Amino acid sequence: MRHALFALLLLLTPLTLAAAPRSGHDDAGLSIQAMQDDDTQNPGMLWVAQGEAMWDANAGTGQRCASCHGAITAMRGVAARYPAWDPTQNRPLSLWQRINHCRTDHQGAEALDVESDAMLSLTAALGHQSRGMPVSIATDGPMAEVIETGRRLHQTRQGQLNLSCAQCHDDLAGHHLAGSRIPQGHGNGYPEYRLEWQTLGSLWRRVRNCLTGVRATPYAADSAEMVAIEAYLAARAQGLNVETPAVRP
Amino acid sequence: MIRRHFLTIAATAAIIHPAHASQAEIAALIRELAAGRPVAKGRITLEVPELVENGNAVSIVAHVDALPGEVRAIHVFANGNPLPHVLTARFGPRAGRPRIATRFRLATSQTVTAIAEMADATLHSDEVDVLVTLAACIE
Amino acid sequence: MVRALLNVPKRARVGEIIEIRLLISHPMESGQRRGPNGQPYPRDIIHSLRAEFDGELVVELDLYPAIAANPFFAFTMQAEHSGTLSLTWIDDHDTVQTEHAQIEVA
Repeated sequence: MRHALFALLLLLTPLTLAAAPRSGHDDAGLSIQAMQDDDTQNPGMLWVAQGEAMWDANAGTGQRCASCHGAITAMRGVAARYPAWDPTQNRPLSLWQRINHCRTDHQGAEALDVESDAMLSLTAALGHQSRGMPVSIATDGPMAEVIETGRRLHQTRQGQLNLSCAQCHDDLAGHHLAGSRIPQGHGNGYPEYRLEWQTLGSLWRRVRNCLTGVRATPYAADSAEMVAIEAYLAARAQGLNVETPAVRP
Repeated sequence: MIRRHFLTIAATAAIIHPAHASQAEIAALIRELAAGRPVAKGRITLEVPELVENGNAVSIVAHVDALPGEVRAIHVFANGNPLPHVLTARFGPRAGRPRIATRFRLATSQTVTAIAEMADATLHSDEVDVLVTLAACIE
Repeated sequence: MVRALLNVPKRARVGEIIEIRLLISHPMESGQRRGPNGQPYPRDIIHSLRAEFDGELVVELDLYPAIAANPFFAFTMQAEHSGTLSLTWIDDHDTVQTEHAQIEVA
């Protein structure tokens, strides 16, 4: 009986592994996991605190984020749904692009660079409100096509090394490259604090790093390709929870 | 010409910034601290992960098996860093347990040493060998 | 930028040992790192940090370039009476920063 169960488990294991998304959190060492799990140790919380302060402060001609949206805690679940389709612009928006439209259209404030400290603070604070909630991007309606574009990009070989995202992060995830375990490459913890960067950074910065790594031209932060990749990664990460601000090596 | 220029720069860089502190440098630092006193193993415990994925921020805890007030200071040294001194913590009258935790940088695989300086002037030490693994796909 | 996050229990019993945790936003530029032109970025670190409770020393730290960026510190203090914990740190630009926390001891 036990042998039969064991055999059944063996048969099921490859299928389960292929089906279950695994967070980069679980690939990191225990000390890095502890750094993320304990807010008093997580350096990303410095940006979350800054973003929460910005939420309640005047921006541009004086509108606060809170003037329209109320307390930032009311934004629970929002970041988990991004990128999302914007019917007024007829295109998908990443969360940072949505924030910039709020700033330029409603707050009379200047748009912020994706990697600016101010934008990282706002996206970290918003992402943090959804921490522990499942990644839940819309996969139907106009987003279906965006996700499909992202999936194709993810599987397309590019650069002088002629590698696709999927070759490393689908086919070889769990194996090692130098001393590092290759993660599945999910976006559920961004913006995240990378020890390599010694600071908080966006998913765009990480994707740029992958693309320059395979000697390909990186996508511009506000390109259609970047939103599509982000949307596909979110669809692929269904089953994982938002971890913002995650900590990774 | 370009190559020679590069070699000159590389050689100069090596002189200004040695890759890591020498054993002699660490020994001199500890000798200066000890001022003739013996350094005994034990009483202080150094907690550092033995396998580190990124040397930019490594969690470290040093604590002494002693009561508040019995420890004057804790010193931490890393012999594989360009500058071996990591920190010194001096405890005052309001200190609780003789314990300090922080995050520090490790340039490469090396030995980390912690020394406790007790109120009775005795010295105690602990060391941990840390392996820093080679990361892939860095910027 | 929020300059620091200080985590301290608001209340403690007389004689209780409590833990103080501090995260500081600071690049802790070691002076060892080189830029694209081959020149080292100038050193900019927090070189000393002092924790006092109502003017009495808890712990004093001498810090060197090995301390990680956006540093984290944890240590303990023994509280005998209510008072104010103050943490002061100084960096290479001689910028002095202070955080306070009131602790009720009963």
